[in-house]
Amino acid sequence: MAVSTPLLSVDAVTLQYRVPGRLVTAVHDVSFELLTGDRFVILGPSGCGKSSLLKAIAGFGMPSAGSFRLNGVPITRPGPDRMMVFQDLDQLLPWQTVAGNVVSALRRAAGLSRVEAERRAAAMIGRVGLAKFAGAYPHTLSGGMKQRAALARALALRPAMLLMDEPFAALDALTRSTMQRELLDLCLDMELTVLFVTHSVEEALLIGTRILVLSAHPGQVRAEFQGLGPDASPAAKDHLKQRIETLIMAGSLPHAV
Amino acid sequence: MPYDRPEREIPAVRLAEIADLATPLGPVERLRTSLGFWRLVVLVVLALAWEGYGRWIDNDLLFPTLGETLYALWAATVSGVLPMRIFASLRLLITGYAIGLAAAALFTTLAMSSLVGRAALSTLTAMFNPLPAVALLPLALLWFGLGGPSLIFVIVHSVLWSVSLNAYAGFGAVNQTLRMVGWNLGIRGWRHVALILVPAAFPAILSGLKIGWAFAWRTLIAAELVFGVSSRSGGIGWFIYENRNQLDIASVFAGLLVVIAIGLLIEGLIFRLIERVTIQRWGVGV
Repeated sequence: MAVSTPLLSVDAVTLQYRVPGRLVTAVHDVSFELLTGDRFVILGPSGCGKSSLLKAIAGFGMPSAGSFRLNGVPITRPGPDRMMVFQDLDQLLPWQTVAGNVVSALRRAAGLSRVEAERRAAAMIGRVGLAKFAGAYPHTLSGGMKQRAALARALALRPAMLLMDEPFAALDALTRSTMQRELLDLCLDMELTVLFVTHSVEEALLIGTRILVLSAHPGQVRAEFQGLGPDASPAAKDHLKQRIETLIMAGSLPHAV
Repeated sequence: MPYDRPEREIPAVRLAEIADLATPLGPVERLRTSLGFWRLVVLVVLALAWEGYGRWIDNDLLFPTLGETLYALWAATVSGVLPMRIFASLRLLITGYAIGLAAAALFTTLAMSSLVGRAALSTLTAMFNPLPAVALLPLALLWFGLGGPSLIFVIVHSVLWSVSLNAYAGFGAVNQTLRMVGWNLGIRGWRHVALILVPAAFPAILSGLKIGWAFAWRTLIAAELVFGVSSRSGGIGWFIYENRNQLDIASVFAGLLVVIAIGLLIEGLIFRLIERVTIQRWGVGV
């Protein structure tokens, strides 16, 4: 792929938020570039501001310094070109069925006609394996199914990039590993560009083609690695895992909170 | 010597043979565990006790029998007096309820959009919530005169605070993720309120509507009882008051039954129905 400019460029971004009486710096001077086709993982311990960073890229809140550019255009507000899948299992509209959630998203955000939206929704819901549950209300679904439905809603809109905020963290271990594998399949199949936030080194190694390691309090770039392909040797994987774990441990030691 | 427990593996085919996981219950068993059935039994027992006690003391000035009450109910219905009274009460109630809701929507919007509005709403609700709406009736009669407008004023007052307080709390409690999902889809401004916030806060709004309705209905009957308004346009409260003055106690009981019946009808039927097709189906709230 010959891509001359990055899809997303994050340039010296500092994020701060107000709590009563204080101004807290969540992320300090973070820069990176994301190319089309990347599965870019932001990895860091809890409290490193990785979620805040992802939300800011989604357009919820502005950076206090630096800039986000999508295809060279500054990001100013949320939009369906950066669909987000949250960690929260309650991200589907509970008053609509699975199909209703996807259809209404397509109609509101992409302006599709009902027929076209229903067609595309059905295809996407089938793609994530929820065809049998298209008519079910979210509260009747398991956690994994809810996240699949949220993924279907996001993917149906064909976003320029998919933002995922620890989407599998609230799931049980078995469901999580199934979902990770399925996401990977979807990514390869649909040639998705993904920005994925996680605190799990294993998850980062499994999913990422590029891994950005952040330190905690406030989040700062500690390292950036090229991910390993699925055919990489276990020894290479272990080696990278060790390096990343050492970085994260070292970062958290001096700051006794 | 260790106790010997051999390892084992059972073919999945054999496990699948037990297909009948749920067996339907028989009709008697179903009736025995149905709340509705037992409520019916309680009603029948109450009715029998009423009839028995009425016959035993044999004094229709103090305690008419169920039969006499039902007859009075029938007579008042056929003569057209009772339907007229019910209509008068419901008309006032619906008018007052609608105005109260509109005012609550306005108040909630103000509270949502500014700190001053929020301060105004919380202060006014704190002040007026403990004040029984009927207590304002003397003033209302002074301002609006004897008749409908005074009662509507009192009903509006009883609906407004509970509904706006609940709606405001409901909007405040909407899951931040759901708000973000809305914005993510490019839904902004009043469409965000209408498409995301209102349905998400609906359980709280509905419970406000129920409380508001309960207040309004009790306030209306009480107000009609205390101040008869004019006999021509009087409601059910007035029907009760009038018949007590004429010592037609069976009709007083009939009036009370009607008050109960309308209350049950709206709470148990209309609100139940709304709950069933909304928050119960969505699996939110209760």
